[in-house]
Amino acid sequence: MTLPTLDLVVLLPQLIVLTAALLVLVVDGLSGARSWLLAGISLVALLAAGAAAIWLSLQPGEPRRLQAMAVADGFALLFDVVIVVAAVLGVLLAYQSIPRISQQVGSYYALLLLAVVGMMTMGAALDLIVVFLALEILSLALYILAGFNRSEPRSAEASLKYFLLGAFASAFFLYGAALVYGATASLNLEAIAAALAGGSRSPAMLYLGIALLIVGFGFKVALVPFHMWTPDVYPGAPTPVTAFMSAATKAAAFAAFLRLFLTALPTAQPTWSWALAVLAAVTMTLGNVAALRQRELKRMLAYSSIAHAGYAAVGLVAGTAQGAGAVLFYLLAYAFMNVGAFGVVAALERAGEYDVARGRLAGLSERQPALAAAMAIFMFSLTGIPPFAGFFGKLYVFGAAVAAGWGWLVVIGVINSVISAYYYLQVTVEMYFAAPAAEAPAAAAAGKKGRAVAKAAAPSPAPEEGKAAPAPLSRATAAAVLAAALGTVLIGVLPALLTGWIAQAVQGIF
Amino acid sequence: MVPLSWYLVLAAALFSLGLYGALSRRNAIAVLMGVELILNAVNINLVAFNRFIVPAAVNGQIFALFVLAVAAAEAAVGLALIIAIYRTRNTVNLEDADLMKG
Amino acid sequence: MQLVLFFVLALLAVAGAVGVVLSKNAVYSALALLLNFAVLAVFYIMLNAQFLGVVQVIVYAGAIVVLFLFVIMLIGGQLAPDALTAGSRRPARVVALIAGLVALAGLAYGLVSGALAPQTGQVQGSGSVQAIGRVLFTDYLLPFELASVLLLVAMIGAVVLARKPTKS
Repeated sequence: MTLPTLDLVVLLPQLIVLTAALLVLVVDGLSGARSWLLAGISLVALLAAGAAAIWLSLQPGEPRRLQAMAVADGFALLFDVVIVVAAVLGVLLAYQSIPRISQQVGSYYALLLLAVVGMMTMGAALDLIVVFLALEILSLALYILAGFNRSEPRSAEASLKYFLLGAFASAFFLYGAALVYGATASLNLEAIAAALAGGSRSPAMLYLGIALLIVGFGFKVALVPFHMWTPDVYPGAPTPVTAFMSAATKAAAFAAFLRLFLTALPTAQPTWSWALAVLAAVTMTLGNVAALRQRELKRMLAYSSIAHAGYAAVGLVAGTAQGAGAVLFYLLAYAFMNVGAFGVVAALERAGEYDVARGRLAGLSERQPALAAAMAIFMFSLTGIPPFAGFFGKLYVFGAAVAAGWGWLVVIGVINSVISAYYYLQVTVEMYFAAPAAEAPAAAAAGKKGRAVAKAAAPSPAPEEGKAAPAPLSRATAAAVLAAALGTVLIGVLPALLTGWIAQAVQGIF
Repeated sequence: MVPLSWYLVLAAALFSLGLYGALSRRNAIAVLMGVELILNAVNINLVAFNRFIVPAAVNGQIFALFVLAVAAAEAAVGLALIIAIYRTRNTVNLEDADLMKG
Repeated sequence: MQLVLFFVLALLAVAGAVGVVLSKNAVYSALALLLNFAVLAVFYIMLNAQFLGVVQVIVYAGAIVVLFLFVIMLIGGQLAPDALTAGSRRPARVVALIAGLVALAGLAYGLVSGALAPQTGQVQGSGSVQAIGRVLFTDYLLPFELASVLLLVAMIGAVVLARKPTKS
């Protein structure tokens, strides 16, 4: 019996991050909670993994493969970069706030890094078994991270809700995978495509399987009607976790979604693209309309992230190389702007608080002008206003959809962008033009928690808002917000730096 | 020999029951059991497809094996979560009491 | 003979599943789940997946159900926390029914339309430990390693969750 030769370089980014996760656990055990060391190891490893991914993607020749299980093509590697961006920002945001809510800082970074391993593997997977295991690795790690604030019952409840719906979604995904296996007799994505090329033997089973796969992925990226966990989990989870998972999970799930549907199931595209188009339209509309009514920042961003999953899905509906590249670009832009926005929320947050009322933004431009400017950039970018990354993300996604003949979907998308402008710009208006609330002494408000604030904030900023400054902006949080703002602006000013690279990278999945 | 379709119907029945259980129960443990039922329905499908469609290969069985491993990990984490919540709910009351004093 | 066996076992499996879903007491649910799992192990052996059948008994019936029972005993079956506290259960039930029926109808259609023409093939011990082991450690080495990462995540998670929350 001969043992297989393994080209482990394919998994170089994953192996770097995995090693760092183990190192973090060991260091945590040895030296106690040296928070800066643990964060440092995580950051260095993530940056090294990103560099490795870029290095691998610059290698000439055919993409390298690990047996028939994983591939290091440009598509997978660029998604690695997106995930690294979100994870680096996530680690920076965690540096200040996680030690405040938990003593298990080492476990936090280890779980975050292991989630990154799962996410990176999702984009590289060529086999349904690998997709499934990677999905479970990232999901299990995120369930625990979402409940990391053990002194806040709502964090634990968010975690349980996320877990139960996530386990449910995984079960759907599996049933779908089993039916596709039954219809094609294969688990390998390319072999599935080959089996379907000559027409399916059992179309009913195949389509049922595809439908269940869409449900499974729909839960993970939060497409309506599979989004119901998002508005509870995003505010309930600690803000650094929300920031990380909102961008990175979407990237990983869309990476596998794109590869699975475009590599393995292109023959069924007329069917699934219609189903996805309807889901995308409903998702964009419901997400934005619901976000309009939110008075609290994390909840608003939760609904906004649902809407953004809808925009990204438009690129998948297009089903072309242009569409896949647009989704990749969109998610990279989203990683910068959305993690940045959550970073600002984290900076405004007070200890022991569930969510940040929007009233607290009033007058932020005077108190913390840099923070307000960064938030304005993120809001403009999320709306899709020109010189920022989000604009080009939307432009490419919608352009790909128009080119593929999905004009009506793009019309819905544009209308939705206009709706979303209302609440994103309102945030900016509040920061710059709303009068700061009366500077009442903070002591009176100290004991009160989010619930009272939420009610009071509805008509006008409550008196207890405004002052009561959160913990001073830590350097790590500031660095994260700054990096995110720089990324948002840079991608927006020079999108051409990426588009050529991305266009070339996505060829591999067809 | 039992035909493949019978196994598929059995799996579909277990899937439907698990789905109903997971959606209709309020008790978190019961929901988790519903999910376990669905995972078992998946495994029947995988093994049956393996046996009838590609009998020379074992890829379906291998997939089922991994589903089993994942189910075990999921159950461990899920039950730990449930216990943790059970604990925090008890501590919720204590914290409320502290707030009242302060 | 096999047909009779299939029917009896299928009936038992479905009865177990019904018991899981309908019994009010979580302990009975867990025991019904045990019945279901054990019967499925027999199915796996009938399907020439002997190794999986054994593992099913050891892991599912032996470990998972015991874990369930342990937790139920620990916190009391009636006291288990609500899963999804918000919202009425009726829509969920309707969705559950519809989803279940759609799943059944879809498969029934596939069967009636003859799309699933069962083929029978010669079997040479494909379910044996040997065959599985060989493939698992050659072709499926990456999933095997990923499973170990998954178990690491679960382990860290259980440790994190098991510690008592302490405010610093």
